[in-house]
Amino acid sequence: MVPSFLKSSLGRKYAMGFTGLLLVGFVLGHLAGNLLIFQGPEALNGYAEFLEEAGHGMAVWIARTGLLAIFVSHLVLAFQLRRENNRARQVGYDQESALVSNWASRHMFLTGLVILVFVIYHICHFTLGVTDTSAEWRVRLEGKNRPHYVDVYAMVTKGFQDPRVSLFYCFCQILLGLHIWHGASSWFQSLGINRSAWRRSTSWVGPILALVVIVGNCAIPISVMGGLGMSHGAPSHLGQIPALTLKESEKQRDLKNSMGGGAEKTGGFSIPKE
Amino acid sequence: MKLNLKIWRQKSTTDKGHFEQHPIDGVIPEMSFLEMLDVLNDTLSAAGKENIAFDHDCREGICGSCSMVINGVAHGPTRGTTCQTYMRNFRDGQTIVIEPFRATAFPVLCDLVVDRSAFDRIQQAGGFVSVNVGGAPEGNSVPISKVNADLAMDAAQCIGCGACVAACKNASAMLFVAAKVGHLRLLPQGEPEAKDRVKKMVAQMDSEGFGNCTNQYECEAVCPKEIRADFISLLNREYLGASVFPRPM
Repeated sequence: MVPSFLKSSLGRKYAMGFTGLLLVGFVLGHLAGNLLIFQGPEALNGYAEFLEEAGHGMAVWIARTGLLAIFVSHLVLAFQLRRENNRARQVGYDQESALVSNWASRHMFLTGLVILVFVIYHICHFTLGVTDTSAEWRVRLEGKNRPHYVDVYAMVTKGFQDPRVSLFYCFCQILLGLHIWHGASSWFQSLGINRSAWRRSTSWVGPILALVVIVGNCAIPISVMGGLGMSHGAPSHLGQIPALTLKESEKQRDLKNSMGGGAEKTGGFSIPKE
Repeated sequence: MKLNLKIWRQKSTTDKGHFEQHPIDGVIPEMSFLEMLDVLNDTLSAAGKENIAFDHDCREGICGSCSMVINGVAHGPTRGTTCQTYMRNFRDGQTIVIEPFRATAFPVLCDLVVDRSAFDRIQQAGGFVSVNVGGAPEGNSVPISKVNADLAMDAAQCIGCGACVAACKNASAMLFVAAKVGHLRLLPQGEPEAKDRVKKMVAQMDSEGFGNCTNQYECEAVCPKEIRADFISLLNREYLGASVFPRPM
C-alpha cells in the first residue's frame, strides 16, 4: 500500500515533514478558532456550533479521523526513526558538543512526547470532558436545530480558573512551540524545497510560527486567570440566545443529586424546561 | 606546552575499549595535532608500550584519512582536518579528550582507527559516471553553465573523511551522499544516470546502518571542505523526483 520509496530513510523524512506540516496547519487553525474567545461567548459558541454542524455533522468526524491518522503516522515515524538513530550510534561520545544546533532541534523527541501527553489530556479535558465531572458548563442546551449543545465559553473559562491546569497548558504550549520552532523550518529541508538563497529565510518560519502558537495559546489561560469570563454568568449570556432553552441532562442531575446537592447547587444553569 | 591527553584505546573491533590518560610535556604550539601524537607515540615506544593507532596519510588536508573527535568536535576546534589542526589552538595544561568517530557503520578497528569502507560501498553503488571508451571528445564540446560548474566543484571537494557522520547526532551520512549526488548531478556527464544513481546510493546508505538526517547542520559546521547542507536539500529533492517520476513520460 505504501510506495516503497516512502520506506527509505528519505521517504520517511518526507512523511515526517509532510505530516508535521499538516499538523502545524491544524495547530494554527485551532489557534485561530480559540482566539474567538476574546470576541465573547457568542463568537466562540457559534464557532463550536458551526464545527459540529458543518456537513450535517459529518465534517467534524472526517476531520477528526484524518487528524488522528496524521497524528498517529507522525508518532509511529518518530518512534521508528528514533530507534534507527539510536542504533546508528550505539557507543556515544565522552565529550558531546553542539556547534550550531539549538536545544529545540536536539530535543524533538522529548518535546513530542510531552505534546502527546498534553493532547491526551486536552482531549479528556475539553473534547470528552472527563476530567471535570462536576462542571456546570456541561449543561446541555436544547436548540431548534440541534439535539444538544455545550457552553464552550463557560467550559474553557471555568477550566482555566484552576491555576494548575492553566500552568500545565502554558508549559505544554511552550514545548509545542519549541517543537514547531525546529519542525516548521525543517520540512523545507526534508522535502527538498530549500535552496541556498532561501535557507536563511526558511529558518525563520519555525521560530515565527512557534512564537505565534506560544503567545496565542498561552494568552487564553493567562487571560482567564486574569479575569476573562469571570462575569460570564449563564443566565445573562444564555438570555442572549433566545432560541435556546436550557435542559440539564438526566445524568448530570443525578450526579449532582447523588453528591448531596439540590437544585440550588446547579446555580444559574438550572432553568427548568417549559 | 604541557597537556593531559585522555585517549580512547581499543585493541580490536570486538574489544570493549577504554580511556587512557597520557600526560605529555614539551609540546610546541607550531606542532600539528598529529605531530603531537607522533611525539607521544615515540615516548610510548621508548617505554615499550603499544603505540596509539590513528589514521593519517597526506597530512596536508586533502586525503581525508585523519579521523578523530577532539574535545567533542570532529577534527578538533578549528575548521579543517585533524592534520591541519595546530597545538596553538589549545591552552597550556588543558585536558584533551581524543575519541574515534562514533558510528555503527564505522566500526572501530583499533584505538582511533575506524573502518570507513561503508562510504566506498555507497560510492560504488552509484557515485560514478559511465564513460564509453574510444577517442577523447573535444574538450569544449559539452557546454556547462558557470553556476553549475561552481556548485559541482563545491560538492566535489568532499574528501569522504566522515566528519559529517561523526558530528551528526544520528550518525547520518546525508552530507557525504548529498555531496556525491550533487557533484555528479550538476554536470552534464552525470545527468543520464542521475535518477538511478540517487536511488542506488540512498539504498546503500540505508543498508549500511547510518542514521537519519534531522536537519541540525552539525555536519556542515565540521566539514573540513565547508560543503553546505544545501546539498542535502538537493539530495532530498532529487530522490523525491527520481522516486515519484522515475520515467520522463
